[in-house]
Amino acid sequence: MATSLSKAKSEPMVRALAVRKSYGSNEVLKSITLNVQQGEVLCLLGPSGSGKSTFLRCINHLEGIDGGRIYVGDDLMGYRNQGDVLYELHPKEIAKQRQRIGMVFQRFNLFPHLTALENVIEAPVGVAGIPKTEAIAKAQALLARVGLAEKADHYPSQLSGGQQQRVAIARALAMEPELMLFDEPTSALDPELVGDVLDVMRDLAKSGMTMIVVTHEIGFAREVADTVVFMDQGVVVEAGTPKQVLDQPQQERTKAFLRSVL
Amino acid sequence: MANQEQAGQHDIVAKPLKHPWRLVAASVLAMLLGAVVWSMVTSPNIRKEVIAQYLFDPLILQGAGLTVWLTVLSMVIATIWAVALAVMKLSENRLLRVIATGYIEFFRGTPLLLQIVFWGYLGIIYPSIVVQIPFTNLVLFNQPTSIVISSFSAGLIALSLNEAAYAAEIVRAGILSVDPGQAEAAKSLGMSSWYTMRRVVLPQAMRVIIPPMGNETISMLKSTSLLQVIAVAELYTTATQISSQNLAQIELLVVAAFWYLVMNTILGFPQRYLEKRFGRGFTRTNALVRTRKVATNGN
Repeated sequence: MATSLSKAKSEPMVRALAVRKSYGSNEVLKSITLNVQQGEVLCLLGPSGSGKSTFLRCINHLEGIDGGRIYVGDDLMGYRNQGDVLYELHPKEIAKQRQRIGMVFQRFNLFPHLTALENVIEAPVGVAGIPKTEAIAKAQALLARVGLAEKADHYPSQLSGGQQQRVAIARALAMEPELMLFDEPTSALDPELVGDVLDVMRDLAKSGMTMIVVTHEIGFAREVADTVVFMDQGVVVEAGTPKQVLDQPQQERTKAFLRSVL
Repeated sequence: MANQEQAGQHDIVAKPLKHPWRLVAASVLAMLLGAVVWSMVTSPNIRKEVIAQYLFDPLILQGAGLTVWLTVLSMVIATIWAVALAVMKLSENRLLRVIATGYIEFFRGTPLLLQIVFWGYLGIIYPSIVVQIPFTNLVLFNQPTSIVISSFSAGLIALSLNEAAYAAEIVRAGILSVDPGQAEAAKSLGMSSWYTMRRVVLPQAMRVIIPPMGNETISMLKSTSLLQVIAVAELYTTATQISSQNLAQIELLVVAAFWYLVMNTILGFPQRYLEKRFGRGFTRTNALVRTRKVATNGN
């Protein structure tokens, strides 16, 4: 019911099966099932508290889940399935799983004690073990790609919010992820800075990156997304192409939400 | 608008406000201070020539050297141990938290002087130190405690273990001061928790940790004088040993005080360097400028 409808290519990049998550007695995700194909851009929409950010954070196991399964490629996130028994993974193995998943946060979360360039090379050098000179060359190319080649030596505190977010995207891309997660990447930005970040994301989508984007930017979803998923109160209310979900919503809750944001 | 423009064109011509009582208070204090200093300088009971004689005495200099050595060593040991304690106290494992909390409570809750004497007397509780493979008769090491743990080692142990309890809380405060989003970003890049701590959290925590640790270092330098009770030949012990023979107590106290002041002044330099080093990317002006830049320059 809530699977993606577009690009039925090969194996899905992300498979979420009946994912449940509770904080105490408050069930924030109630059996979420959805697939994301390779190269697909999926936008998650929904009112605050709908569980969309929580679901995103479950995908790279920043939050553990209480039920269901999440597969990224062949990896069962956070666990190992042997026979019928589920084993919790060692933090090092989870770290390994996360290396193929990039994440961009609402509050950027750049490392403030490192320059833009140092932010980008930290994980490739320290985690992936790439030689420093090679990592620097790659980082400079990535910073150029997000339009910040000349800001390589600036500290985050010397950059605007939009610039920081673009460095954060470059930092995530430096690990050559197969999947990129965006958690409301433009929500903390001044309106005039949103466009540059969205441009970078648009280019990334064009390059074939698989992306899951939690956003309030309906225009971006309409233009870039292959699939739009509308969530409310921990369930997927409606999913489909942008045209289906944004222009001809079937569910009353989707209509009400779209009326309130448009 | 019109008023502002006028104010910009014409300098303000006004007599500065006078503060007569500040002047009076400052003069009275200066005179009192002068009188005290003068009374000491001119007092026949403080013999300046004795002070001069012992100021650069080789024994005194040796004592001062040992004081510095003890301070540096015990601060290094205490800091490493403190990071471990702080991480334990922030651990998800309850037992580790309880152990760290108990340690901190115990070493902060008893007097340092008492702890020093205790370590000095360790040989009474454990007359010899034996390393033996359990459940066998294979003895790898067996020596009297008094030989293994000299008064210097006893002092070093006492100072380090005590200081670690205080420093652990400073380190913990530093770690807690770092935005949790930092660790999340590090995790999402595939960094292990140890790597995250070492490369992301601690370097940022240092900014908060260093100023109080500077305080602790100054305090430690002075606390080494307590090792007099177990006869470690540091500066204060040496000074009192000399004065017990020549009865120039006050003069040798002046000599010791002089060197403590000099050493503490010098210890301030590395602190300033470290603050600058770990303050990179954090300057307060930057943070202020940033918000304005966003508004004016845009991207």
